[in-house]
Formats: sequence, structure tokens, C-alpha cells
Amino acid sequence: MPNQDDIINAHEDDLVSEYTTLNLGPTHPATHGIFQNVLTMDGERIVDAVQTVGYIHRAFEKIAERRPYYQITPLTDRLNYCSSPINNMGWHMTVEKLLGVELPKRAQYMRVIIMELARISDHLVCNMVIGVDTGALTGFTYMFQWREKIYDIFEHICGSRLTSNIGRIGGLERDFNDEVYKKLRAFLKEFPKSFQEFSNLLERNRIFFDRVVGTGPITAERALQYGFTGPNLRAAGVDYDVRVMHPYSSYEDFDFIIPVGTKGDTYDRFMVRQQEIQESLKIIHQALENLPQGKFFADVPEFYLPPKQDVYNNMEALIWHFKIVMGETDVPKGEVYHSVEGGNGELGFYLVSDGGRAPFRLHFRRPCFIFYQAYPEMIRGGMLSDAILTMSSMNVIAGELDG
Amino acid sequence: MSTDLITREKESRVKIVKGPEGIEGPGFMATSFDKVVGLARANSLWPLPFATSCCGIEFMATMGSNYDLARFGSERMSFSPRQADILLVAGTIAKKMGPVLKQVYLQMAEPRWVLSIGACASSGGIFDTYSVLQGIDRVIPVDVYVPGCPPRPEQIIDGLIQIQNLVKNESLRRRNSPEYKALLEQYGIQ
Amino acid sequence: MAELSNIFVLDELKSAFPEDILMQEEPYGLLTIVLKAGRLRDVLKFLSAHPDIQAQFLTDLCGSHYPDNKDGELCMVYHMYSMTKNYRIRIKCFIPISNPVIASISDLFPAANWQERETFDFYGVLFEGHPNLTRIMNVEEMDYFPLRKEYPLEDGSRTDKTDNYFGR
Repeated sequence: MPNQDDIINAHEDDLVSEYTTLNLGPTHPATHGIFQNVLTMDGERIVDAVQTVGYIHRAFEKIAERRPYYQITPLTDRLNYCSSPINNMGWHMTVEKLLGVELPKRAQYMRVIIMELARISDHLVCNMVIGVDTGALTGFTYMFQWREKIYDIFEHICGSRLTSNIGRIGGLERDFNDEVYKKLRAFLKEFPKSFQEFSNLLERNRIFFDRVVGTGPITAERALQYGFTGPNLRAAGVDYDVRVMHPYSSYEDFDFIIPVGTKGDTYDRFMVRQQEIQESLKIIHQALENLPQGKFFADVPEFYLPPKQDVYNNMEALIWHFKIVMGETDVPKGEVYHSVEGGNGELGFYLVSDGGRAPFRLHFRRPCFIFYQAYPEMIRGGMLSDAILTMSSMNVIAGELDG
Repeated sequence: MSTDLITREKESRVKIVKGPEGIEGPGFMATSFDKVVGLARANSLWPLPFATSCCGIEFMATMGSNYDLARFGSERMSFSPRQADILLVAGTIAKKMGPVLKQVYLQMAEPRWVLSIGACASSGGIFDTYSVLQGIDRVIPVDVYVPGCPPRPEQIIDGLIQIQNLVKNESLRRRNSPEYKALLEQYGIQ
Repeated sequence: MAELSNIFVLDELKSAFPEDILMQEEPYGLLTIVLKAGRLRDVLKFLSAHPDIQAQFLTDLCGSHYPDNKDGELCMVYHMYSMTKNYRIRIKCFIPISNPVIASISDLFPAANWQERETFDFYGVLFEGHPNLTRIMNVEEMDYFPLRKEYPLEDGSRTDKTDNYFGR
């Protein structure tokens, strides 16, 4: 690809050529989410981009200062809504870190299964959409049914499909029932074959190669300077994964590799996500095989909301329920930062507690917001259609971008 | 199974939709213009998916093969307002996005309908904050609201069927009537 | 890779910046130091260039508002991370709300660019040397800084909800 400085320099003297401005506006069929880019173009090549975000700013951090801890979980759902269980678990782990609560192994393994399922569904939708943006609509139609199967599993665990609100502070709200095991095993058995069809469609496809190899590259140094994490950073060559560097929820018990790319272009990002889906399947397999017996919640009655049948029949449970909901329990003062490996990278929660019912300050370290800053640099010198592909391969989710 | 055509129709489990009322004869049917146009419009509504957040993903699921929206006539998702009949607003609309939404609505040609999908689009949802528009009916007139957070695909399809009922029964003169003009005046739309 | 300990890092910082570290603590194992706001850039450069620490990754940058903390109401919180040593550190700087100015680090860490704009948008912190300090999340015409504690969450201009719905 020609150097962008050459392009700009070549045209500085040329009085006839001009740059055009193209508004890749907030409502655009190919931008998945609403963010605006005003592109300065030299013909078909992009010279510069000015971004505007905030079109879906919902003031999560301000809302969080007004809601008790257990009511912030539905809020975290709406951050990266393609993999909302990961956000839920991350939030619960942050509060458990603040409270000093340690979960039994069974609950941790159950959380791992749920988080890896969510990661598979997030990476699936990102890769399907990369396919759609290059024109391959078949991948989308074939693979969406697997997202529906994952939705089925989530429905049996928590009752809702997309914005799941799974779990409690101190564990999960109910154990996995037989349907969940049946559906999980069916998923693990049938998904790999269908996924292989999707891979065969795109991974070695000549037309796909010509579209995605070399588009939107970023070097590892620039990626680190821009604060990249997650699959985008791993595609650039740095093997940083929060699950390995700061293990949480028993991830150290599982055996999985971290796929790493070389050039940080769209093809690397696509392939890293494909590989991560395979690795997540491995983790779910291991977790399911070795799921220990035991309780699915920690023994902390002052923080863990008791099950409803106990609340209605048992006096002590009723009192604890009342105290937790009304905020009469003693939450320690302090500040804690905890991060999990979300679908897009390191999703961090900085929580400052002043002992009250609601956090004093809650800040979400949103990976999409941080790495989207690098977008103009990644598309400079490329063509317009490559810019679209770069954006969809970065998996920018508007809910996480604006928060 | 009898060979007689009429009794075979009665025994079959396939339900054939009743056509509009009119006068039939060999090779012709006379009915009122309203009904035919309504029928044609209702079964070929081309949506403009204005998907901003989580409801957009459920909308994608509705478009997918499991809950196929295309069988109700919404085969082609038009992203250009000029070529769309119905504006499907799915997701939170922030105050920053309000003017953009209004602009897209203004660019649509009559007759146009609006389906507001999800709690955020209908009323601001769980985000009762300074930056979120508390319902898109503050900037554009809405025909059908689908509640839910996010609504299941079946609910979205139900919303579309409600719009289809509205479309089928709409009078051809509605868009020129003083009530409609007054409605648009309320929103500052000429 | 030897584990970096908080004591080692604290000693290094104290010997390089003897009067600038106002307070240190270790909540939940994460070394947190409170700095004088003027020394921020020097400390970050020191941490990033130090051969044994190499904290070159800016994980997070945010602001906070402590209305009761006179002359230090706004708090800037920086989470730095060293990839090579797997070490996290948190740096806090308190700045007065009457003159909320602090140096920008967006030239050292490009990741800070938008995060500083977001902090300006929410708290009104002015970053000296930032290339484009404008609002990023809220509408351009907004004239107050919404995340400060004195402002309500809900939209004040609503007429269809009365005060008792808001709990006031």
C-alpha cells in the first residue's frame, strides 16, 4: 500500500486535485452502531478521518451512583450487549473483591462456562458481520442459528436471551438444571461441524483474502500505545489476555492457548476470533467435564440474596433479604479495580465505595472506547470499502463505546 | 380425501387468507381501491432498520432465519429513507441522536409508518437520564410501540403485524386529512 | 520474571520524588499513591522508563468528584500497567475545583486522548496541552459538567414527572 505521506505530498503541489469530504454518518448500513466519521478523501483513498461519538451516551456512570449494587448488574448488561454475561460476571467479581468474598469452585466453573459461551456468541457475530461486509451473506444466515442455540441455553439459566443479568453478588441465582446440561452437550457436539462449514467458506477463500489481507493494519507498538487489548491487540502480535495474566474465577485450572496474529490487519483479527471460538469450546468442555459438586453460591448471607422460596418460608432469610435490598448491610469503604477479559478486551471496573448502598464512583474501563481512537490511523491510505471492513473487524459495539 | 375441490379445501389444514370483500365474477373481482392498495402495502412493507443498541441485535435475530421477518413482506431492508415504508427504531435514542432521527424521518416519503421497538425507544427505558431522549415520540409521530428490554423476536413480529393491520385499514385520504396535518404540526414537521 | 513488589516500587518512587508523594496505600494489593498534580508527567515518565518497572501501558484514566475534600475536590485517577512485569499501579492527583488544571498525557500515551476528553466532558477538568479538548459524549451545547455530585441524574427540564417521582 502506498505510504500516506507520499499521497499527501504528491498532491500538495497538484493544484488540480482536491480532497473531498465524505460523511460516513451516524446512520449508515454498514457501520454497526452509531458513530460518525467525516472522511477526507482523495478519490477513493482516505486521507484523514474525524470521529464523533456519543450518539448513544446513556450516562451509565452517573446512573450507577444512584443504584444499589445488585441493581447495577442490568446496567452492565448494556455495555457490550453481544456478550452481556461477561459484563455481569465482571461486575459481580468486582463487588466480591470489594467485599472479600470467595466463591466455591462449582460457582466459579459455572461462571466460566457462561462467560465462554458469551464469548463464542460475541466472536461469532463479529465474524459473521465481517463476512456480510465483504458480501458473503451466507455465513450470517448459517451461523445465526448457533447464536439462537446459545440464547436458548441462557434462557434456561437466567430467563432472558440477550441482556442476561445472570448471577448474583456471591454466586449464581440457581443451579444448572438438566435442560442446561442437555443443551450444552448438544451444542458442544453439533457446533464444531457447522463452524467448520463457516470456516471453510471464508478462511481460505481467495476473494475474502483479497478483501481483508492488509486492510487496516496496526503495529504492536502503536496498538500498545493506544491502549488496545483483546483480540485486536492479539492480532497485532501481543499475547496479553486478562484470563492468563490476572486469572480470575479459576481460569488457571484450564488449559487453552492464546492465538496471536502478526500484522494486525483485518484478516488477523478475523482469524484470532475464529481461533478463540475454538479455544472457548475447549474451555467449556473442560469445565463441563470437571464441574465439581458443591454449592453455587458463597456462604455470605449478608451479601448474597437468598432464594425466593427461603424468603417466603424462612424468617432469617426474609430478614437478610430485607437488609440487603434496603442497604442495611455493612459494605466496606475502599476502592477496587478489577478487570475481566471481555469480548473486545480488558473490561475494567473501578469502584469506589463509601460504605453506602450505592457506589460512590463507578467507572467502566471500556475497551471499545479506548481502541476506537486508533481508527483514523488504521484507515489512512486505504480505500473506503477497507475502512468499512476495518471498523467491523474491530468489533466496535456502540453501547460500550459511549456508555 | 375427496376429489371435489371445494370439500378438499375445507379439509386441508392450510388456511388461505380471505380476500377483500367485493363483487366477484368469472375472471374479475371488483372491490374498493382502499382495500386493494391497503393489502398491497401491508404485505410489502420495506423497513428501514434504525438500530442503535441492544434491540438492534434482537432485530438482527428477527431478520435471521429462525424468526424470519422476510416472510411478512419485509424482504428488503432498505437503508435509504427514500426507499423505505416503515421506520423501525430499535434501541436508545440519545438527545444527540434526536435530530438525526428526525432528519431520517423527514426524508422518508409518504405513506410512512414508525415502529418503536424496545423500552428505550418507546419511553427512554431504564435510562431516565439527562442525555437520553425519553421516547422517540418526542420528536416523531409513532404508530406502534413494542415494549420489552429487549423484546423477543416474536414480539417484534407482533408489532409488525399490528402495523400491517393499520396499513390495511388506512384510508387513502388519511395523509391529506387535517388531523394528520395537525399531528405533524405538533412535531414541527411541515 | 521476578515479581515486582509494591515496596520496591514505592522505594524507587520515594527516592526519585521525595516530596511529591503525599500519601500511599495498598487497597486490595494495588499500590495507590497520591501525587502532587504538577509532578504527574515526570512520575509517569519515570515509571515508564525505569528498567525494572516499565509501566508503559495506560490501562485507565478517569476522574472523580469528592465535594467534601476542600482544595482537592476533583480527583484524577490513572491506572498504569507494566506488561513485561505484570504489575499494576494506581496514581491519584487531587486538583481544586476552582482551578481544575492538570497536564495532559496524551502525547506520552495516545490512549489518554479520548479519556481526557471524557473527563473534561463529565467533570470539567482542563488538560493543558491536549490537542482537542472538546466534549465527546454529551452535546456540544451543554453548559454544565453532569457527573459532578451537585447535578441530578434526571433531565431537569421534564414537565411530565413531578419531584416526588425522583425521590425529592
